Amino acid sequence: MNTYIVLLILLALSVLNFTLGKKRVLAAVNGDMAGLHSLPNHYGWFAVIFSLTPSLFILFIWMVSHGHIIDTILIEKIKATYGALSDFEINVHLSDIRNLANNDAVSVAISPELREAADYYDKLRVNSFWAAALLAFGIMLGASAYIAKLITPTLRARNHIEQAVRFVLVASSTIAILTTIGIVLSLLFETMLFLQHVAIDDFLFGLKWSPQTALRADQVGSSGSFGALPLFAGTLFITFIALLVAGPIGLLSAIYMTEFASDRIRTIAKPVLEILAGVPTVVYGFFAALVVAPAIRDFGTYVGLDVASESALAAGLVMGIMIIPFISSLSDDAITAVPQSMRDGSLALGSTKTETMLKVLLPAALPGVVSAFLLATSRAVGETMIVVMAAGMAANLTANPLDAVTTVTVQIVALLTGDQEFDSAKTLSAFALGLALFIITLCLNVVALYVVRKYREEYE
Amino acid sequence: MSKPEDLEKGSKLPQPTAWKSNEMLKRVKGRYRSEGRFKAMGFAAICAAIIALVLLVGSIFLTGIAGFSQTYVKLDIYFDPAVLEEIQTSSGEDLENAFISANYAKLTQDSLRKLFPEVKSRREVFRLFQFVSPGSRTQLQNIVREDPGVIGKTQSLWILAADDVDMFVKGKISRNVAQSDRKVSDLQIGWIDSLSADGRLVKRFNWRFFSSGDSREPELAGIWGATVGSFYTLLVTLIVAFPIGVLAAIYLEEFAPQNKITDIIEVNINNLAAVPSIVFGLLGLAIFLNVFQFPRSAPVVGGLTLALMTLPTIIIAARAAIKAVPPSIRDAATGLGASPNQVVFHHVLPLSMPGIMTGTIIGMAQALGETAPLLMIGMVAFVVDIPQGIFDASTALPVQIFLWADSPERAFVEKTSAAIIVLLAFLVTMNGLAIWLRQKFERRW
Repeated sequence: MNTYIVLLILLALSVLNFTLGKKRVLAAVNGDMAGLHSLPNHYGWFAVIFSLTPSLFILFIWMVSHGHIIDTILIEKIKATYGALSDFEINVHLSDIRNLANNDAVSVAISPELREAADYYDKLRVNSFWAAALLAFGIMLGASAYIAKLITPTLRARNHIEQAVRFVLVASSTIAILTTIGIVLSLLFETMLFLQHVAIDDFLFGLKWSPQTALRADQVGSSGSFGALPLFAGTLFITFIALLVAGPIGLLSAIYMTEFASDRIRTIAKPVLEILAGVPTVVYGFFAALVVAPAIRDFGTYVGLDVASESALAAGLVMGIMIIPFISSLSDDAITAVPQSMRDGSLALGSTKTETMLKVLLPAALPGVVSAFLLATSRAVGETMIVVMAAGMAANLTANPLDAVTTVTVQIVALLTGDQEFDSAKTLSAFALGLALFIITLCLNVVALYVVRKYREEYE
Repeated sequence: MSKPEDLEKGSKLPQPTAWKSNEMLKRVKGRYRSEGRFKAMGFAAICAAIIALVLLVGSIFLTGIAGFSQTYVKLDIYFDPAVLEEIQTSSGEDLENAFISANYAKLTQDSLRKLFPEVKSRREVFRLFQFVSPGSRTQLQNIVREDPGVIGKTQSLWILAADDVDMFVKGKISRNVAQSDRKVSDLQIGWIDSLSADGRLVKRFNWRFFSSGDSREPELAGIWGATVGSFYTLLVTLIVAFPIGVLAAIYLEEFAPQNKITDIIEVNINNLAAVPSIVFGLLGLAIFLNVFQFPRSAPVVGGLTLALMTLPTIIIAARAAIKAVPPSIRDAATGLGASPNQVVFHHVLPLSMPGIMTGTIIGMAQALGETAPLLMIGMVAFVVDIPQGIFDASTALPVQIFLWADSPERAFVEKTSAAIIVLLAFLVTMNGLAIWLRQKFERRW
């Protein structure tokens, strides 16, 4: 017996409720639908919605909370058996108990206490499940009985259902808000914990980034240093290179596509840009590591330069290719949005297409183009896979594009993949970096959207 | 344009511009030249983008195409009763153990020694034994399992070659390099040459690549596990993001009052669409793994995280599709007595479905290619087994690409490219489907 079966039974009961509700109300008017306030199906749905929702709610609460509650009980028990322990040891015990109960591998020899604890855990789990399942069934049956009394021909079933539907609609549209709140709160919370280990100005303006902390206090280099400035500098540097590539190419191709290109070129170029936009970033990363970085290194050796195998140039170049379609499509939109009358006016005065573009259309579309660049910057700052695969890990503070630099996103990935213990400064620093990333990109986006909105109003 | 000497003469009216004057002709020429220059620059920009795409796709195809074939070596395997004795003598549970624990490697080793009796020194013999892939053991095991009658007989079998041999046969390791600089020694090259002269080496289509999970051995590694993982992940994403996205779009487009809260929701959705994907990964890690205690590396967590990420895309696309349904439809339905809900769910929603589906497929394609959030929630684990459900540990196609790209073995380069080709094929199919849907069902009102 598991959760799926409970769900299936609840669903079966709902089907029953639907038919019963419909039958009941039709019987009450002897099959004459004109006597009903709503359609017969509405009564069926009414019975389903108001009996199924509360029981599903109970099951959901159980699914989310029972793990926590059982863990708390077990931790109390562990503390009672073994005395004072560190959080880490408690976690080891906890996972041993869980694994033993699931018949998985256990890290220590199975002692009678452990066996007893595992049995206890199993008992708690089973009991809590039965309690939740029975409660859900009880509520379902109780609600059904109550609804059976409610269902009469005068019941405004449709209105009730529509109320419920409206509630679901509102709830769905708040998910987006909840996501934002979730992002902000979780990042803020972990960052707060991190700032208990490291002072905020050390983090923001420190020059040395080496997050490796020792496991034991007596090891050498036990305190990592968390100066994130080299990461921010590296991120900006790679972004700058990317914009240097994508800016001119993206803008010029947008200009060419809107004003100069023949239909034939447009039918080739448009899909090309769309494909570039659709290629997953991990593919760009592989391209950078497989083709671009070695090519740059070989070229460097050829002309006698010392090039790091994971140079900022390679990552920036490929990231530039990635954001070309961004800049070109957004600039394209901005240029086409300039009213035709301005274009016609300029051409009528005898200016060439180029002059029209440079002196009339571009200045008019400038806010849109600026916001395209801002959005592209935000995309480049937050881009992860290309830099993870093609940029380095070493936090160098350098302005030489042939050196390796590291970025915020690379470090987040490095800190959070592989084994980790949760409350260490090393893991928490990833969230602080994430918060910094979130704030930077949010500012860029807000400014970009504001600029675009302002500008749209001017012409509409 | 008036000229200074005209003004000196005291004429009041500006003279008409002398368009035919040399000066003006030169100027016009100059203006057209700069027009040409500008046009050439624009054309060059387009070409740069096209070249970048060609390089990207071309280099991946060129390296990846080889990943779809694999080298096999034909060996005469003698199913030696002495080695497989236990299988013949035991029964029941012991038989199962005997099948698993039998020394199948010895069979291939004996066969290889028979082919090259001149190899004597321990090191060389060791090298010789590495000629075939460790996967050959499973192959032989399956043969014996299917028909224990083969024991005592000799069969000519195509056995999977090791990755170094495969690389050499495909020309990825050049014989012109000094021996110390390549992974295949001169001795091994000698063996390879003599085997291929006998017709005992052949390249075949690599079915295993499409049917098996990850492996440390490049010749055994496949993408089926990652594909199934991606499928489960996208399934969760679709089940969560599609209804929520569509319902949110309906609310915002049809029911939401024009007020501050609606404004905030709209701005918020637009901003969410531009939040870096790795931040969604951090959210998934903090909320789904640490607070809700979902299992690490499971498609359910990946799917939920990607659902939050794709939600804005779906909402924006669905709103556009709903907006495109003309008001006359709504008026007609309302006029016939439909309630606001009935107007939306019976008329507007079905009419906007093609547009919504198109947007959803494009959002799913984005989610399929997304890697960074999955790294955060631990879908980077080395998973050999094919996941059986949304709670099993698994990886996803793009993550598999990332993992293989990190592997030091030379043979993983072509596997990575081959996996990328498969991923791109999926993406092209999905986007093609979206375009087809749009063209087939989109109605202009």
